[in-house]
Amino acid sequence: MGLLSDPNRRRALISLLTRLNAPICVVCYMAGVAWFMGLAFEPFTLRTYMSENAMGSTMVEERFPAGERALGTGREFSAHKKKAGGMPVDWLVKTMQSRGLEVFTQRFSRRLPFPDEDKERYMVKGTNVYGILRAPRAPRTEALVLSAPCSPGDDNNQAVGVLLGLAQYFRNQVFWAKDIIFLVNEHDLIGMQAWLEGYHHTNTTGMDWSPLQGRGGSIQAALSLELSSDVVTSLDLVLEGLNGQLPNLDLANLFYAFCQKIGVLCTTQGKLQRNDWDSVSGYSHAVQTMMLMVMKQASGRPWGDHGLFLRYHIEAATIKGINSFRQYKTDATTIGRLLEGMYRKLNNLLERLHQSYFFYLMPSLSHFVSIGYYMPAFGLLALILLLRALDLWIQLATPPTFNLNPPPSQMSSPGVLSVLTPLVISHLTGVALYTLPIHFQEIAVEHFPVSETEAVVLTAIAVYTAGLALPHNTHRGLFVPPFNGWKVLKLVAVLYLAVLLGCTALINFSLGFILALTLVPVAAFVTPDVPKALSAFIMVILSPACTLLFSVFLFQELQEMPVSFLDGWMLYLSVISQGILDHALYGSLVYPLVALLVYPCWLLFWNILFWK
Amino acid sequence: MAAPLTLLLLVAVTVRAALYRSSLADLISERVEVVSPLTAWKRVVEGLALLDLGVSPYSGDVFHETPLIIYLFHFLVDYAEITFMLADVITAVALYLSVKDYNKQVFRKQKYALEADRYPLDCLELIRSPKEMQYIPLKVAMFYLLNPFTILSCVAKSTCGLNNAVIALFVLSTIKGNSRTHSSPAEGNSIYPLTLCAAALLYLLQRQYIPVNLRRFSFWWFVAQYAFMYLGSLFVIVGLSFFLLGSWDFLPSVYGFILSVPDLTPNIGLFWYFFAEMFEHFRLFFLCVFQINVFFYTVPLSIKLKEHPVFLIFMQLAVISIFKSYPTVGDIALYMAFLPVWSHLHRFLRNIFLVSCVLLACSALFPVLWHLWIYAGSANSNFYYAITLLFNVAQILLVSDYFYAFLRREHHLSHGLYLKRKDGSEATLVLK
Repeated sequence: MGLLSDPNRRRALISLLTRLNAPICVVCYMAGVAWFMGLAFEPFTLRTYMSENAMGSTMVEERFPAGERALGTGREFSAHKKKAGGMPVDWLVKTMQSRGLEVFTQRFSRRLPFPDEDKERYMVKGTNVYGILRAPRAPRTEALVLSAPCSPGDDNNQAVGVLLGLAQYFRNQVFWAKDIIFLVNEHDLIGMQAWLEGYHHTNTTGMDWSPLQGRGGSIQAALSLELSSDVVTSLDLVLEGLNGQLPNLDLANLFYAFCQKIGVLCTTQGKLQRNDWDSVSGYSHAVQTMMLMVMKQASGRPWGDHGLFLRYHIEAATIKGINSFRQYKTDATTIGRLLEGMYRKLNNLLERLHQSYFFYLMPSLSHFVSIGYYMPAFGLLALILLLRALDLWIQLATPPTFNLNPPPSQMSSPGVLSVLTPLVISHLTGVALYTLPIHFQEIAVEHFPVSETEAVVLTAIAVYTAGLALPHNTHRGLFVPPFNGWKVLKLVAVLYLAVLLGCTALINFSLGFILALTLVPVAAFVTPDVPKALSAFIMVILSPACTLLFSVFLFQELQEMPVSFLDGWMLYLSVISQGILDHALYGSLVYPLVALLVYPCWLLFWNILFWK
Repeated sequence: MAAPLTLLLLVAVTVRAALYRSSLADLISERVEVVSPLTAWKRVVEGLALLDLGVSPYSGDVFHETPLIIYLFHFLVDYAEITFMLADVITAVALYLSVKDYNKQVFRKQKYALEADRYPLDCLELIRSPKEMQYIPLKVAMFYLLNPFTILSCVAKSTCGLNNAVIALFVLSTIKGNSRTHSSPAEGNSIYPLTLCAAALLYLLQRQYIPVNLRRFSFWWFVAQYAFMYLGSLFVIVGLSFFLLGSWDFLPSVYGFILSVPDLTPNIGLFWYFFAEMFEHFRLFFLCVFQINVFFYTVPLSIKLKEHPVFLIFMQLAVISIFKSYPTVGDIALYMAFLPVWSHLHRFLRNIFLVSCVLLACSALFPVLWHLWIYAGSANSNFYYAITLLFNVAQILLVSDYFYAFLRREHHLSHGLYLKRKDGSEATLVLK
C-alpha cells in the first residue's frame, strides 16, 4: 500500500511506466509467447497422476473374453444397417433385449438452418437405441454411459459390436453399483444432443424428440467409442468438448493407466509420446501435440460424441481406434478388456470426479500443464493492454502544455458522443454479422448462382468486409471530434478488449490466447499517426477472420496433412459454415462471441486508424 | 432544466420497459448479483401467496421483506413493473432535487467565505463556478437511472429499488428539512440505514446554526428532539407493521434474518463464503465482528466530517453497501449516483483509473465465474469469492480515495494550494 499512498514513489513508478511503455510492451509480448512455448518443455510440466482415491488404490482384473464374437456381432450389425439403409432399430432392440438389457428407443428430427455440406444433411430424422443394465448392488441413483455412434457407410460397426459384446459380458457380472447405459446414437452429435436433452428434460436448441421412456440415475461419466477396423494399432483419446470444455483430468489418467497396464499404444491428438524430450525433435513433437490441443480447444466445437456430455457436468471422453501401418496390433478382446477395466474403476466412484484438474493442456498423454502454469502466458499479453491503457490515461489526465486549463465540461460532452457513436455502430455491424447470414440465405440463393451453404458463408464474409468500409465514415458530418477524441476511444477499446479477452481466456484459454496473440499487437500500436496503408494491411492480416484462415493452415500443417492454398480456402469456407452450424445446433459460443464482441472490438481499432 | 430531466426519465423508462419485454428479464432475475434472499421478487410472490391463503407470509422461511412491502404489493402486484420503474424515477428525482438544493447551499457558503476572504489566494482554482455546477443534478439523475446496475436491479424487480427510493426521499427530506417533522426516517426497511441518522442530525444542526458543542444546552436539546422524532417515527412504522400483520413474526424474520445471516447464498458481499467456511462455534463472535463493522465507521466518520454531513451521507451509503450482509448491485448504484456531486475532487483522486478498471473487470467476471462454477463445474466457489473480494477491495479503495480527496481539498482551502515545508521547499501531503 505504500506504493499506492506515497505520492513520490507513485510518481516515480508512473513516469517509469510511461517512459518505458513501448519496450515493456515488447518484452511482455515476447515473454508471453516464450512462456507459452516453454509449456511444452517436459521439465516445466507435471506428470499426470491419479487424484481420485476411489479409482487409484486397487487394480481390477479384466477378463473380457469375447472379442471375436463382438466383431461377429459388428459384422451382423453392418449387414442389417446396409439392409435398413440406416439405423437397424428392430435388430438392435432385439439384440439388446436378448442380452438382458431394458431397451428403449428415442426418435428425433431436426431441420438444420442450412444444409451441412460436409456431412450432407439437411432434414435429419433418426432414432437412438439404448439399453440400460440395472445395477444389481445398489439403489439405481447413478449411471455410467457407453456410447457408439451409428455412422453412415462402413464406419464404426466394430464399435457397436464391442459395445454389444461388453453389454452381454457386463450383464453376467454382479459387482455393478451404477446403472450402465449402452447407447447407439444415430447422426452422431445431433442424436447425442437429442438423447441428452431427453435424459435431462431440457430443450435448449428447439429440437424435436420423443421423450425417453426409461432413465437411469444421474450420469457420472461417459465414454464414446469409435472403432472402424477389426484390429487397431493404437487408441486415441479425445478430450475437447463443446466450447473448449475439458473433462476432469482423472478420466485421461484412468485411460492412460489402463493402456499402460494392458499394453496398448495410446495417443492424444494422434501423437505418440516420446521419451527424448531433451532433443530438438522431441521438444517440437511436444509443441505440436500441445498446439493441436490448443487449436482444437479454441475451435469450441465438440471433437467427438462425448463433447455434449460436458455441458451437463458429466465427465466424458471419446476413445478412437486408429489403424495405421505400425507393426503393433491390438485386437478387439484387448479393447474390450481396457473398457471393462475403466468401467469397473468408474463403478467404484463414490462421488463425481472432481479431485483432479479441469483446466489443463496436454503436451503428451503422461504430462500436463495446469491453469496456474499457463495463465501467466496470457497474463503477460493482457498486461500489455493494461499498460497501454495506463499510458493513455496519463496522457489524457495531463493535457499538453500549450493548453493549460481546458474547460472540462466542453471536453467531456463531445468526447462521450465521439466514443459512443463508433461503439454503437461497430456493435450494430456485429449484430448484422451475427443475424444476416442465416436470414439472407433464401434471397441470396434466388439472386446468385450459389448453394444455401455457400450463400451463408459468403454473406458472412461480405458483411465482415463491408464492416471495414463503414465505421470510419461515421463521425464525419455529425460534429467536429475533439482534438484527443481518438485517445478516449482507444482507452475504451483497449479496456474493452482486455476484459473481453480475460473472460474468454477463463472459459476457453486457447481461444483467448490465440485472439490475444493477434489482437494485442493491433491494440497496442494503432494510432491515427502511423502510416495508413501499411498499418491497414497489418491490421487486416491480424483481424479475427485472417486469424481463422491461418489457423486452418496451421492446423493442417500440424496434423501433417498440408493443403494447397485453394484447398485451404475451401476448408476455410467449410470451417465458417461449421462454426455457424455448431452454434445453431449445439449452442457453441464461438461464433456469437466473435461476431458480437470480438469483431466490433477490432472495428474500434480500425476506426482509430482512420480517425480524422 | 426540466426538459433534459424529462427526456432522461423517458429514456430510462423505455430501456426498462424494453428489457421487461425481452427474454433477458427472467435471466436477470435469477442472478445472485442482482437479487439477494432479502430482495428477490420470487420471494415476494411467495409471501403474497401465503398472505392470500391466510397464513403469515413469514412462515416457511422464504419471505424476508418488511410487512409494509408485502401490503404494498398486495394492492400493486399486477402493476409491479410500473411500481419498480416508478420507484427508480422517484429515487432519481429525489436525488436530483436534493443535489440541486445542496449545490445552492455549497455555492452560498463559498460566496460568504470568499467575501470574508477566508480562502488563501492561491486557492482560486479550487473555487467552484456555477457553470460547472449547473449540470451536476442532471448528471446525478443520469448516473442513477442509466447505471447498468440500477437497470438490472429494476428489471429483476429487486425490492432494493424501493429501499433506494425510501433512502433517497430521506435524503431529500433532510436536505429540504426546514421543519424537523420532515426528518422522519421512513426507513424501517432494513437496519443499516439507521446509521444515516447521525449524518441527518449533523445536517439539521448545521441548518439551524447550532454548533456541535457538547457543553451547550441548545445542542443537547436539539439532539433530544431529534432522537424523540426519530425513535417515534421508527416506533410508528414498527407499530404499523404489527397492526397490518397482526403478529410480531416479522421481527425475527426480517431483522433477525439481516443480523444473523442464516442464508449463505453466494452474493457480491463478504459474508457468505466466510460463514460457510467457518466452524460453527466461532459463528456468533464473527457475526458480531462483521456486523459491528458496518455500524462502527459511523463514529469516526461523523467526528471527522461533522462540517460536511452530505459527504458523510455518501460515505455511509458506500460503507453500508460494501459491508451489509446481503448486498446487491442496486445498493452500489445508489452511492455511485452521488459521484458526480464530487466531480470537483477529481484532481485529487489518485487511484480512480485502477479502481474503475477493477470494478469493470469484476462486473464482467462475476457471470463468467458463476457459469464456470455452477454450470460447467470446472471452477469452484473460491474463484467466485476471489472476484467478490477484489470487487469489494476496489469499492473500499474508491470510497477511501474520495474521502482522502475531500479532506485534501478542505486542507488546501484552509492552508493554500502550494504547500511549503518549514524550510521553504515544496511539500506533499501523505496519507498515513
